[in-house]
Amino acid sequence: MVVKAVETPNIGFDFSNHARNQFLGQRLQGTPKATSTGTTIVGVIFGGGDSGEEAGVCLGADTRATGGPIVADKNCEKIHYLTPQIRCCGAGTAADTEFVTNLISSNLELHALSQGRPARIVTAMTMLKQYLFRYQGHVGAHLVLGGVDSTGPHLFTVHAHGSTDKLPYVTMGSGSLAAMAVFESSFKENMTRAEAVALVARAIRSGIFNDLGSGSNVDVAVITKSGTEMLRNYETPNERSNKSRNYKFRRGTTAWTKENVRSLIVSEDVKITTGAGKDQGGFEAKQVPTGAGVGGEEGMDLDS
Amino acid sequence: MANISSVDISRLKNGEVNLGTSIMAVQFEGGVVIGADSRTTTGSYIANRVTDKLTHIHDRIYCCRSGSAADTQAVADVVHQHAQVYTSVYGSPPPVATAAALFEKMCYDNKDQLSAGIIVAGWDKEAGGSVYNIPLGGGMFQQPWAIGGSGSTYVYGYCDATYREGWSEEETVKFVKNSGCIRLCVITKDKVERHFVPGNELPRFWEGKEVVGNMSGQRVGVTA
Repeated sequence: MVVKAVETPNIGFDFSNHARNQFLGQRLQGTPKATSTGTTIVGVIFGGGDSGEEAGVCLGADTRATGGPIVADKNCEKIHYLTPQIRCCGAGTAADTEFVTNLISSNLELHALSQGRPARIVTAMTMLKQYLFRYQGHVGAHLVLGGVDSTGPHLFTVHAHGSTDKLPYVTMGSGSLAAMAVFESSFKENMTRAEAVALVARAIRSGIFNDLGSGSNVDVAVITKSGTEMLRNYETPNERSNKSRNYKFRRGTTAWTKENVRSLIVSEDVKITTGAGKDQGGFEAKQVPTGAGVGGEEGMDLDS
Repeated sequence: MANISSVDISRLKNGEVNLGTSIMAVQFEGGVVIGADSRTTTGSYIANRVTDKLTHIHDRIYCCRSGSAADTQAVADVVHQHAQVYTSVYGSPPPVATAAALFEKMCYDNKDQLSAGIIVAGWDKEAGGSVYNIPLGGGMFQQPWAIGGSGSTYVYGYCDATYREGWSEEETVKFVKNSGCIRLCVITKDKVERHFVPGNELPRFWEGKEVVGNMSGQRVGVTA
């Protein structure tokens, strides 16, 4: 028996189809596109200072996923779980944001277990940026990372190439310009929780209505020291209403010249197997051997 | 196929975050003054208008970053870690030259992958204040003053004509401020002091007489 000297470890991304895809892309009309989450995602820090409220982070996202010009999912979840006190909004390639947040979530749990304390936001941020930098932008995850840890509330953006920014209010995705316009005009330091949630919802709505890549509903997450609240579909400004008209044709819309009704069943043979029921008049009861097959109904016995 | 007749100055990958930047560092007796602008861009969009490009490496060593945000952050993080290990092993902070050599090695060895123009500056007890310029190819040049980034060409002439040896801390700060930097940092034996110059407080000496709005915001007629 031949034994392979070196086994390739089964980890990470596999680029072996790149050349093939490139070739097919030239033969066909372009390479097929991955599902991208044309997105509005945002985050703000609130509380602290004179607000008299617990400091925290409020994250928001729309719920539209697109594949080219098609809406692939009308109500997807873009606020991903990392740890109980850390959440991460994802824009860019849907598969990559899902995969990278799942992976980092696992590693953060292991980190918390080995260190005996909850992982910090900077740790999550460093893990994400080092992973994304390794893949030089080929992992298309554009993230808004937020949470509360022992050092307070923190908010970051992480770009696909691995660069990070730390800011009191952030937006990302194709709707980031619309959302940032809202933040730049209305953001205040030390907002109350209610003010922060309202501002985030308004920023996401601005993305939903002004950016074609974003749409459907508003998801919000509020993270404070005392816990995380996921407000899934916090606002649903695009609910489908009942149609005022329908496309059913009334009976008799189509005229006909001839009518012909015929019975499709010409003749019929019914075989009754043993024990399947009583003899029925008019039919010849014939013994047929059966297995424990089809129709194990009540009263049916197995043949010996 | 890449067009050979035109040199690709920007080696950024598509959609990458750029630090279209002005950075500088100036040595003086007893320390250094470093400065930078605060803008990062993706294409024509300003991804961050309050960026801090003056990045902490060790207690008395900072670097100014220009080029790709991702690349320069990654390199600075690695050198920061090396500097911490150095302190643990040798029981004393690393000299600026050592930090600069680490930057140079990373930038030279990975020159094909990186677009990072970095200025390393700081204070150590052997050399006092010192400035090292590490441009795109991964070379390393010790200079009394250094400028970098895409905006630096505009102030090259000013810096070259103005700089004098033997300036005090105050004179050096004024020089960096006049070169258009909005984030400043003074690093000496005793302190690391940060300054921020808001946009409306930037010096406007170059506007001269033919200016429509003056410092007080009043309109001034153009004299014939």
